[in-house]
Amino acid sequence: MKNCEYQQIDPRGLSTPSSTQPCTENNVQRSRRKWEVFPGKNRFYCDGRIILARQSGILPLTLGLIIVTSGLFFAFDCPFLVTHLTVCIPVIGGVLFVFVVTSLLQTSFTDPGILPRTLPDEAADIEKQIDTSGSSTYHPPPRTKEILINQQVVKLKYCFTCKMFRPPRTSHCSMCDNCVERFDHHCPWVGNCVGKRNYRFFYSFIVSLSFHTSFIFGCVVTHLTLRSQGGNGLVLALQENPASVVELVICFFSIWSILGLSGFHTYLVAFNLTTNEDIKGSWSSKRGAEDSGNPYTYDNIFTNFCATLCGPMPPSLIDRRGFLPPEDIPPAVAVDMGRPPFLAKNDTNMEENCQGFALSCTA
Amino acid sequence: MAETHNLQDLRHQAAVASKVYVQRDYNSGTICRFQTKFPSELESRVDRQQFEETMQTLNNLYAEAEKIGGKSYLEGCLACMTAYTIFLCMETHYEKVLKKIARFIKEQNEKIYAPLGLLLTDPIERGLRVVEITIFEDRSIGSGR
Repeated sequence: MKNCEYQQIDPRGLSTPSSTQPCTENNVQRSRRKWEVFPGKNRFYCDGRIILARQSGILPLTLGLIIVTSGLFFAFDCPFLVTHLTVCIPVIGGVLFVFVVTSLLQTSFTDPGILPRTLPDEAADIEKQIDTSGSSTYHPPPRTKEILINQQVVKLKYCFTCKMFRPPRTSHCSMCDNCVERFDHHCPWVGNCVGKRNYRFFYSFIVSLSFHTSFIFGCVVTHLTLRSQGGNGLVLALQENPASVVELVICFFSIWSILGLSGFHTYLVAFNLTTNEDIKGSWSSKRGAEDSGNPYTYDNIFTNFCATLCGPMPPSLIDRRGFLPPEDIPPAVAVDMGRPPFLAKNDTNMEENCQGFALSCTA
Repeated sequence: MAETHNLQDLRHQAAVASKVYVQRDYNSGTICRFQTKFPSELESRVDRQQFEETMQTLNNLYAEAEKIGGKSYLEGCLACMTAYTIFLCMETHYEKVLKKIARFIKEQNEKIYAPLGLLLTDPIERGLRVVEITIFEDRSIGSGR
């Protein structure tokens, strides 16, 4: 056999020359990256490095509240506490602040585990496997498929937008218009979905925020107490330190919800559940008993914690910064691809009809 | 000339006849695992044992990537302590295994599947949903398999 050097072919650009000889006819503009044609409702920055949901309206508010409160704390409370107590206070505050902001930004800017939509060939293959009647009219595929996971029956739903059966624990976020793996919830405060890849950042954010809020609250109370003892009472201390009052109010109102949320998510992590499953009551029939019906749990709280928070970091599946393959496929090859002709023609019409149906299914 | 041919020749002469998709196997949960059942479309093309061996090795590699053990805990704890900033500079264990998988698939294509007129696509390019096997229909070489 001849000793030819093997060159991997991209099956999508079959008859185009290898990558060393770029096709000149259609490459007059610069090659585009995949994020530029991403079908979901997301926004990309820094040439695809940063991903956000389309509506990230409350993220600036979250960030603003954290920075303002911490800023006031460092500027007005710390000088007093350093002289009267210890220099550790701003140090601890600083470390917590860094943790909070870093976790928040990572939760917001990381791909939560978005599943890329199927290519037409794959979608056609799935439909062919389901539709065994062989009729030429287009039937929407059945909505569910049942599989067995750890002796528990789990229903996989068909996603009409992404044209695939969703893997277990995957849900379609209507705000971002993407299927997200291990979908927890869409959090407006961080401006992104919380899913498989950024759940650990989200948990780290709410836990560190709980500590940070409690810490600031405690320090402000200590500050005001010390001032009122030294001076003319609490009212005067409050009047002389309006910044501390602002911090007190913000912390007091946020601490309840944040502590509550941390506690709730600690419970979810301990039993390897997602918010989505908990709200829908997917495994609630025997909750509390050893066999809780949840097929994903390791039946050990410590193992559940480690697996969810310290498990291996899965890669991003959407390859935002990859380049698009050459889009021209000559007619000779396209015909041979075995794509059903009606799919190409009626796809756009069916898409609109299915979209309405899909929205009602995935809500 | 030999009956087998390499992908270089196929590229100029062959067209894509069809594609076979091997789906994920969720019986053990959400870990990445592909079905090892031999697709009927490949009956005449490739040895069943060989194919199953390829799929099993692939599954083992993904299991290695997702293994929860001492090393992954260490990586997770270290990442947590550095406020996850370590992910910006260090390649994760999963990414290292993905590179290994890419090399494995390339090697399998070169040695086994290209001479038979088949091409395996790395599942990461399909969102880890399927293993796509492209079957090339060879028109020009008369003494094909």
